[in-house]
Amino acid sequence: MNEIRQKVDVCVVGAGHAGCEAALACARLGLNTIIFTVNVDSIALMPCNPNIGGSSKGHLVRELDALGGEMGKNIDKTFIQSKMLNISKGPAVHSLRAQADKAEYSKEMRKVLEQQENLMIKQAEVCEILWQNVYKKDEESFKGKRITGVKTFTGAVYDCRAVILCTGTYLRARCLCGESITYTGPNGLQAANHLTDSLKSMGIAMRRFKTGTPARMDKRSIDFSKMEEQLGDKKIIPFSFSTDPEKVQKDQVSCYLTYTNEKTHEIIRSNLNRSPIYAGIIQGTGPRYCPSIEDKVVKFAEKERHQVFIEPEGLSTNEMYVGGMSSSLPEDVQLAMYRTVPGLEHCEMVRNAYAIEYDCIDAKQLHPSLEFKDIKGLFSGGQFNGSSGYEEAACQGLIAGINAAMEIFGKEPLILDRSESYIGVLIDDLVTKDNREPYRMMTSRAEYRLLLRQDNADLRLREKGYKVGLVKEAEYDKLLQKKYFIEEEIKRLKKTMVGANREVQDFLNSLGSSPLKTAVSLAELLCRPELTYETIEVLDKERREFSQRLCGRNSLSKEVTEQVEIEIKYEGYIVRQKRQVEQYKRMEKKKIPENLDYDQIPSLRMEARQKLKEFRPLSVGQASRISGVSPADISVLLVYLR
Amino acid sequence: MKADTIAAIATALSDSGIGIIRISGADAVQIGDRIFFTKSGKKRLNDSESHKIHYGYIVEFSNENPWEGTGKSWKDFIVDEVMVSVMRAPHTYTKEDTVEINCHGGVFVVQRILETVIKAGARLAEPGEFTKRAFLNGRIDLSRAEAVMDLIHAQNEYALSASLSQLKGNLSHEVKELRSEIIYEIAFIESALDDPEHISLEGYSESLFRKTESLLQRINTLISTADDGKRIKEGLRMVIVGKPNAGKSSLMNLLSGEEKAIVTNIAGTTRDVLEEYVNIQGFGFHIIDTAGIRSTDDAVEKIGVDKAKRYASEADLILYMVDVSVELDENDRNILSMIKDKKVLVLLNKSDLKNVVTEEKMMSVMKEIMPDFEPPVMIKISTLENTGIDLFMDTIKNMFFQGYLKSNRQIVITNLRHKEALLEAFDSLKMVKKSIEVGMPEDFYSIDLMNAYSALGKITGEEVGEDLVNEIFSKFCMGK
Repeated sequence: MNEIRQKVDVCVVGAGHAGCEAALACARLGLNTIIFTVNVDSIALMPCNPNIGGSSKGHLVRELDALGGEMGKNIDKTFIQSKMLNISKGPAVHSLRAQADKAEYSKEMRKVLEQQENLMIKQAEVCEILWQNVYKKDEESFKGKRITGVKTFTGAVYDCRAVILCTGTYLRARCLCGESITYTGPNGLQAANHLTDSLKSMGIAMRRFKTGTPARMDKRSIDFSKMEEQLGDKKIIPFSFSTDPEKVQKDQVSCYLTYTNEKTHEIIRSNLNRSPIYAGIIQGTGPRYCPSIEDKVVKFAEKERHQVFIEPEGLSTNEMYVGGMSSSLPEDVQLAMYRTVPGLEHCEMVRNAYAIEYDCIDAKQLHPSLEFKDIKGLFSGGQFNGSSGYEEAACQGLIAGINAAMEIFGKEPLILDRSESYIGVLIDDLVTKDNREPYRMMTSRAEYRLLLRQDNADLRLREKGYKVGLVKEAEYDKLLQKKYFIEEEIKRLKKTMVGANREVQDFLNSLGSSPLKTAVSLAELLCRPELTYETIEVLDKERREFSQRLCGRNSLSKEVTEQVEIEIKYEGYIVRQKRQVEQYKRMEKKKIPENLDYDQIPSLRMEARQKLKEFRPLSVGQASRISGVSPADISVLLVYLR
Repeated sequence: MKADTIAAIATALSDSGIGIIRISGADAVQIGDRIFFTKSGKKRLNDSESHKIHYGYIVEFSNENPWEGTGKSWKDFIVDEVMVSVMRAPHTYTKEDTVEINCHGGVFVVQRILETVIKAGARLAEPGEFTKRAFLNGRIDLSRAEAVMDLIHAQNEYALSASLSQLKGNLSHEVKELRSEIIYEIAFIESALDDPEHISLEGYSESLFRKTESLLQRINTLISTADDGKRIKEGLRMVIVGKPNAGKSSLMNLLSGEEKAIVTNIAGTTRDVLEEYVNIQGFGFHIIDTAGIRSTDDAVEKIGVDKAKRYASEADLILYMVDVSVELDENDRNILSMIKDKKVLVLLNKSDLKNVVTEEKMMSVMKEIMPDFEPPVMIKISTLENTGIDLFMDTIKNMFFQGYLKSNRQIVITNLRHKEALLEAFDSLKMVKKSIEVGMPEDFYSIDLMNAYSALGKITGEEVGEDLVNEIFSKFCMGK
């Protein structure tokens, strides 16, 4: 036959945010990798909001970066506005968010991919996954399936050892805008219509989700004088731990805030019958956390207005994103409704809002390594797994990529747990819980968030990235040094005492802090909310000298002192949280054999048995989070496993 | 799994002659030594061999010995005279060090000793925790555990028909209310953290502070009822009423097996309200004997009558006692009109004598005074000859399990476990208040709010990840 046949290590299907991370991870770990996309010009496309990060998503990006992912570095190169959210709240919920220049973001990521050794980009639609049955060595019994390759629409076959599915919203996608339906992926890009059948034939259960995006306006048609200007932060903090903070200080563009009003809502209400969701044309499950404007108006009828954020899509385009007003109403209704909003009276739509439906899976078919439970070598990440958001996708892509590599190398997979990262929470939630809508990360999902701060993502995860092989020696050394400085400085502050003398009392008085009764340590002083590491310097006579000795400079770096301050200030809370983590870890450490026969355990309740058979958890801890499995069942399991 | 030391009452909570408090865990012996004194005050449980029993006293415990600096000795702080057995791991039910305190029965004493044990360092056992430990430590095997489960399920049916309906509408209602108010606050904070640009927390800490204060107050009210010594323990409140000399005290004595009420044939002997906790066929009930209800000028007796009326109005079931040997009179009519809205069981006493009052007669009088009332159950008894008592007990039991009887009381915390959960929630909410006071950022509030939420959930069995089966196990803990 004349068809193309090629042999590689890993095939990544899809070049969105998950696919890019997965492919880069594999290639960087030395595997011959090929990444497929339906359109090379749409690599790392941001088809919805023009930003990276945000509450808890910012955490994800920082964790990804600590592990050796690319997203953080790429947004640092291409952002046009940056903001640390929740700055008035505790350090655990501070979160970075940057407006991206979408075209630049995509271009830069493509450049990184193109320059990556071992990585090949291929414009093609993958239509079929190739696999074979695997039998146990000595017996005839069936063990499961194993990936052997992929086949494209043109008939080319790529033999490989692992496939990573990152199909995003493209599988059997259809876009809806009122009565008009197009069978395309986002932005009119070609949908992938064939792969679903191949996956189904492998025994993979598919489901259908829905999401949406608002309209884009021509900047020249917007009256910004009627809106509130939203500026970026004065001092910009980069996402990546590898980016030099000095290099990202630059001019920023503004976003704008305006509001809907009763007129807007009236137009929506009177046209609900033309909304494909309310008319029942859309069956996919949409996300509750980013509802369309029609959802907001119906579900929060008592609210007189909703916020609308107008955000630039880039420096080289006039397009403005209308945050908060995604919709699947017909185009004419959209225009009428947008034009009721102050500042948008004369707006012209460049692209109308639409809803999109796509095939994805229930991720309980996956191990926490993101490998399919019954199919060796098949991994998946991103919206295909039922998540939502660029950051969630990227993180899964990275983990799937790393673990595809680990599988090929015959090494243990990288599995992060809930107490060490948001990524761990994300994946654990996806693979153990019943998710009925696209999953979005939220800070409230992280039980131990006081420990999972964006500021210490490197301290938590750098070492893991280094061990996997994605973090370079020099960066790891930098981390070890930082750790050492933090520990030494905390030690010093805890043992350096200040007496209740005149100078100290006057100082405290000047800051509205109550006077000392007896001598206390600097650390104890730092616990007072009104005092900071910076302000107590006056009382800290040894600081300069100590810093000189430690790092050869007059003061420790901001990254170090920030950690010192947080660790000391919130010590009480942190200790309590660590205690909770210990309890959690104990259960997490108790492993369940992958092929445990739950039918052999007589005292399990029927419901628990079914759930356990369905999910096949890897640890007792994971089992305990499955709904329908009670602690009594867990006790039975524990006894059985003993 | 858990290495801490737990304690619970191992016998049914009733007026049985003996009560056992069991302590299990690594510190069991040490905790025992903190509160157990032999007569000489010298012998220590720690030096005891395994499976030996010791005679002595349980003495009150606080962080320091309470008698120190008071000029008194430990003997002035004795809680009860006890036998204490020491059993060392692994030859115990839980395979852990175990200490059992055998004390005089009686709800108060047993409860007080348990509280002393907890003050001395043990944790109140979760429902069924002894069995769970036995199970996990490999003491009982799976098939036995399975049998245990069946047993527990069977007990749960009782719990559903009886205990749950009792809880319904009072304690659990209030706790659910508290929880839903707390989760609302958590949700608000969390939504603002997740979407800071849409939801602002400005001025929120002041409103949360006020909210927390009101929550604290409500929880405190619940906790304080736990200390209400009069209204003890679980069970229904039955009140015996009847005109003087109808035989109420005799019935009470029959049921409780003790001469608690002074029984004479002089009308009006019972001048106060006596409360008794009795065990009927294994289930606890309260019996409140009342002074005979009649118009009286005697000041002392009048107080008794007023009390009887108050108790009657709070009763879950009225035991209306009629002397069938004398005609119904004005007193009976007064009583009937007082109890006309209540559930009533009529006891036709003195059936050994000549029946002046027949069932038909009784029925017609009741119909006249209590027109809306469903026909009451009537039982002929004789407290003198002890006849009809078994039928009476069976009737009560049936009424109880058929869900006819439901608790009518104000919320009263009768369960130490509930009290512990309330205290935990209370402390967590105090932390919230403190965090607000010292100006911590809002995300810190939700940590302790969440703790309060899950602590309260232990009462209603709704804690996330908490198991209903553990709740069911609780019935098993007591009886093993």
